Amino acid sequence: MEEVADTKARKGAARLCSLCDQRRAALKRPKTLEQICRECFYMVFEEEIHRVIVENQLFKPGERVAIGASGGKDSTVLAYVLSELNRRHNYDLDLFLLSVDEGITGYRDDSLETVKRNEIQYGLPLKIVSYKDLYGWTMDEIVKMIGLKNNCTFCGVFRRQALDRGAALLKVDKVATGHNADDIAETVLLNILRGDIARLSRCTSITTGEDGPIPRCKPFKYTYEKEIVMYAYFKRLDYFSTECIYSPNAYRGFAREFIKDLERIRPRAILDIIKSGENFRISTNTKMPEQGTCERCGYISSQKWCKACVLLEGLNRGLPKLGIGRSRGLDNDGRKDMKHSNGTKNIESKQCGTLDF
Amino acid sequence: MACNSSSCQSNCYKNDEEYAEDSPSLTDRKLSTSTNGQQNLCVKCKANQPISSASAGAGAGADDAHFCYGCFRRNLYGKFRLSVTSYSMITPSDNVLVAFSGGPASSVALQFVHEMQHRAQKNFDASKDRSLPVFGVGVAFIDESAVYPDASEKVDDAIREMKLVVSKLTPPMKQLHVFPIENIYTSDSIEGKDRLTKLLDAVNDATGKEDLLLHLRMLALQKVASENGYNRLILGSCTSRIACHVLAATVKGQGYSLSADIQYVDARWDIPVVLPLRDCTAQELNLLCRIDGLKTLQLPNSPPAGINGLVSSFVTLLQEENPSRECTIVRTAGKLTPFHFNRIPEISDCTVPLATRRRQKRYNLKPMESMSSESFCPLCNSPLSNSDLSSSNKPESCQSSRFGGACCSSCRFQILPKDSSSMEHFYLSLPQQMVARVKHGSCDNSSMLRQQIQDCLLSDSEDET
Repeated sequence: MEEVADTKARKGAARLCSLCDQRRAALKRPKTLEQICRECFYMVFEEEIHRVIVENQLFKPGERVAIGASGGKDSTVLAYVLSELNRRHNYDLDLFLLSVDEGITGYRDDSLETVKRNEIQYGLPLKIVSYKDLYGWTMDEIVKMIGLKNNCTFCGVFRRQALDRGAALLKVDKVATGHNADDIAETVLLNILRGDIARLSRCTSITTGEDGPIPRCKPFKYTYEKEIVMYAYFKRLDYFSTECIYSPNAYRGFAREFIKDLERIRPRAILDIIKSGENFRISTNTKMPEQGTCERCGYISSQKWCKACVLLEGLNRGLPKLGIGRSRGLDNDGRKDMKHSNGTKNIESKQCGTLDF
Repeated sequence: MACNSSSCQSNCYKNDEEYAEDSPSLTDRKLSTSTNGQQNLCVKCKANQPISSASAGAGAGADDAHFCYGCFRRNLYGKFRLSVTSYSMITPSDNVLVAFSGGPASSVALQFVHEMQHRAQKNFDASKDRSLPVFGVGVAFIDESAVYPDASEKVDDAIREMKLVVSKLTPPMKQLHVFPIENIYTSDSIEGKDRLTKLLDAVNDATGKEDLLLHLRMLALQKVASENGYNRLILGSCTSRIACHVLAATVKGQGYSLSADIQYVDARWDIPVVLPLRDCTAQELNLLCRIDGLKTLQLPNSPPAGINGLVSSFVTLLQEENPSRECTIVRTAGKLTPFHFNRIPEISDCTVPLATRRRQKRYNLKPMESMSSESFCPLCNSPLSNSDLSSSNKPESCQSSRFGGACCSSCRFQILPKDSSSMEHFYLSLPQQMVARVKHGSCDNSSMLRQQIQDCLLSDSEDET
């Protein structure tokens, strides 16, 4: 009797997985703090995503889906899991990798190599679209012109259009991006801090742009960033793990730090923020932007010119602040934007890789 | 409304709606940088010296340096008075209770309410027909030394100070009610203290414990108000506190009920709660206390821990980066749709002056759903969202689990104990008012509906309900 008790005491630290009760627990699950084994972790991770896809009807059989691939952990894991689930549960999807080259040396050129490897590893066809080709400017050139303060705005706006253009070239029905729960929670907080009630009502939607040509969805909406990292780590997936070199100055950093601290005290707070975002009572009468087309390029836009055209105009005319802050139209901007605009940005952008909207 | 945040330094003076007859708009402020130059005068009256940054103290925004003392004070009082009149917070026949904690916000609230009452009294004394009565004012302090036993001596000192402060606010005289929080239990005080301690000890989560204490504090204030004949409860909640609440509620998953807590008027309680200082920032209130010499009492209680503490430090950080951030947060949250109880119920009483009734009609928020059947969480009294309701549909066996099922998911997570025996103890230690909410909740809706269709019902029998 005592010997058994002894060995049990010695083994004390080695618990059994709380899900299968057979294998040894290898990790603590960030979302629920359960102590589980690796196999069970893979299973709950993948099956939760499968449930999100099914319950929210993200895909239809036979659809062509482009995965926004930056080479970072979110998009790599997304590509991996989506192809796995596509096989396992017979989604019957045609998957593609779509990558955007912003022209950031020391960051994007390296991550693109990763995506090219992913193309081979996962067997998914890859298409790369670059800012240079689409707009005539790389991010490095843009930063040289406008400085380090508002560059995320430019990158985010340009990337969104780039993804849409790439998706059109690939003739896909849908774009899937790797936005995870942390990203969406950060966006909810940012929109509260910035006073953007219109975006606040849209940012928690799992599918956006359904009334447009190519809707985009976020299968990782309820997946924690930490779990994605854990999954990629244990599965030894090939991904590029450096942050964008321009990111330290982003306002999103405030929200990110706060959420990290929050996760430490109460892990479920991230999902609670998303839940709050979904439940905010925002009247449908609230003035929402009307959808039209850009006069210059024909892209969808709520103003006369789409944001990308406004920003490009600024770049080409040597007016770095055009389109930044609360300017009204293109003519006043010369004078108005001379005022230093305390870091106000119009579009929130994810720090590395993909887009929100 | 939406002022250009890059030029709004603080306090959102550009909101045109805020200014009544004798407070002309502050667009003069725009000229301050160019015209003031060497002279450095108050931007409003252009006559006096602006408040020096020395007396303003550390952390005063650049904006405060533009106003002289008189204009600053008039502006702050003006905001208070506009809120009171626009939302009919205080009418001549009312008897208002000011919740007083000793901190700067409630000190200013008390001071301003007194000044308003004092003015009304002078008008009353001077008028020939004495047609407009003067509203009554009382002060309530909730003594929480049962929760923080080590601090009871400091609390006694604070109470002595408070009595002095209130006694100086005459005429008219105001009564100070010191209410120990354990008295929310109808039993005697020792048993009350015991049950209170048991209740709070049953909560494991630090944030949950803090929030539960806040809910109990509101119960206490409601009890003081109703037992002493008051019909309005004034809280000194300012922009800064509301900004913290917006973020904290978001983080706790209470996005649905958030809009209920941050309006000027909250009438879901027996005694409606009003927030006249909602448009004033903590910085302004602190400054006023400092230069007016209003005594603020530092009450000994632990600094907020857990989520509330984290949110508080986050907002402080954001304020350092941009001093108008608190205003923006509250403005954003202000765009959320309020509830039907976020207005003073319309007065049909003919004795109230017509002007008052008309003004109230004008500012009362348009009812989106005139007879909405909201259910409320028995612990925090917040309206339940559809997701909270759907998860409580299972028929429960015992009373304590039925209670748990009636709570919102946030309270269920952070306040209610997880295992059933602790839950039993918790349930037994609850004050009667919270327990009663569960029973009433389910009856209220159907009785309200029944009232609407009463004249078409043919049978009165209970079987038919």
